[in-house]
Amino acid sequence: MSDVLEYQSLLWDGLWTTVVASFFGILLTIVVAFVVGMMRLSKTRWLRAPSYVFVEFFRGTSILVQLFWVVYALPFLGVRFTDNLVAGIVVLGLNEGAYASEVVRGAIASRPRGQTEAGIALGLTPGQRMRRILIPQSIPVMLPSFGNVAVDLLKATPLLYFITVTEFTADGLAIRTETQETTAVMLSLLVVYFVLSMILALLTRLLENRFALERRTHPLLRPLVGSAS
Amino acid sequence: MNESMILAADELWDNGYAADIFPELLDAFWLTIRLTLVGMAIALVLGLIVAVVRYPRIPVLSRLFDFYVLFIRGTPLLVQIFAVYFILPDYGITLSGFVTGVLVLGINYSAYTAEVYRAGIEALPKGQWEAATALNLPRGRTWTKIVLPQSIAPTIPVLGNYLIQMFKDTALLYAIGSPEVMTVARQIGQTNGEFLEPLTIAGIMYLVISYISSLGIKRLERHYALAA
Repeated sequence: MSDVLEYQSLLWDGLWTTVVASFFGILLTIVVAFVVGMMRLSKTRWLRAPSYVFVEFFRGTSILVQLFWVVYALPFLGVRFTDNLVAGIVVLGLNEGAYASEVVRGAIASRPRGQTEAGIALGLTPGQRMRRILIPQSIPVMLPSFGNVAVDLLKATPLLYFITVTEFTADGLAIRTETQETTAVMLSLLVVYFVLSMILALLTRLLENRFALERRTHPLLRPLVGSAS
Repeated sequence: MNESMILAADELWDNGYAADIFPELLDAFWLTIRLTLVGMAIALVLGLIVAVVRYPRIPVLSRLFDFYVLFIRGTPLLVQIFAVYFILPDYGITLSGFVTGVLVLGINYSAYTAEVYRAGIEALPKGQWEAATALNLPRGRTWTKIVLPQSIAPTIPVLGNYLIQMFKDTALLYAIGSPEVMTVARQIGQTNGEFLEPLTIAGIMYLVISYISSLGIKRLERHYALAA
């Protein structure tokens, strides 16, 4: 274990890369989720069709296939990312965004019909109804699922190791080769990821508390992981 | 579309190369499917055990299983794969890539299936338990004849979604050199210096099976929605 501690500065670097990838990945996920989710709710077919293809494509293939495809196959088509970390963040964001777009679509579609009718009666435009009524009401519904997606994204960041991004897992594996302290290194990796997941779950729970429509439900009192998704 | 673009596409994608490597990829894909099926079988059984043990809130045991589920769901599958693959040999246990793969996939997904089962079991009306008690049914019979049949059937579509996810996650076994389709696609690409064809074919294979399965699951969902 003490051998591992000698390399801790390396681990901090890797951990930072993991956190950066997760942070920007989650940001991109949120943007993609709202854009694609709205497109899927659209009445115009030429907005709905591409969003359907997008979601089926990204949910239908493995993230690893997508990462390899973007980094190794896409350059043959003339598109090359200068930095594999950026390529990785884009793939993670698009992939998790495809899952999260279903959350956005489901949450908005589940709003009672009366809310839309009231908006029409008040003379609000469709855009105003979306911005002022439907989206704000849907956010508490979306938050738990968004929390799950965020944890999923964090758990997908080790895959960046395959496209030679030196994130936390990559550094851990390098230290393992160096020190031969397999058990200590691998357990440290697992525990750190676990702590990061718990932090994300806790943040989601705080947001849920903040945006809860029904104060009595007390999201903070529920177990962090466990409610069936 | 002008002619030069079509020509460019023709130069990029080599049909002959694609046809040459297809059988090898198909073989690897078959292994991917076997990995998924065995892994899922482990996950379904192990998850059920976890769910049933967790249900009665036995003091220490239930807490232990709660933590099992929380920890497995909170850590990345890839790191779990590496951990098992690297740690076990240090303790004198050597497993093949296939066995390590199905074992880790099975254990990982058991945490998820356990949650699905739990939701199903908890959704069962209290009256069912009470009726079983009133009829003086032994615990075992209550579980096997009353609780499980009624609470598991509605969860089948959700479990189906996990099957598709596991199918895609088998790609991670590339990390430990299990010759599933991603590993083989990368190897072919490396030998020939042409990644576009093998990676695209591998991607399409995943897409086809995932899409067909998701249509199947939608049918199952409708089936159980009608039954409920």
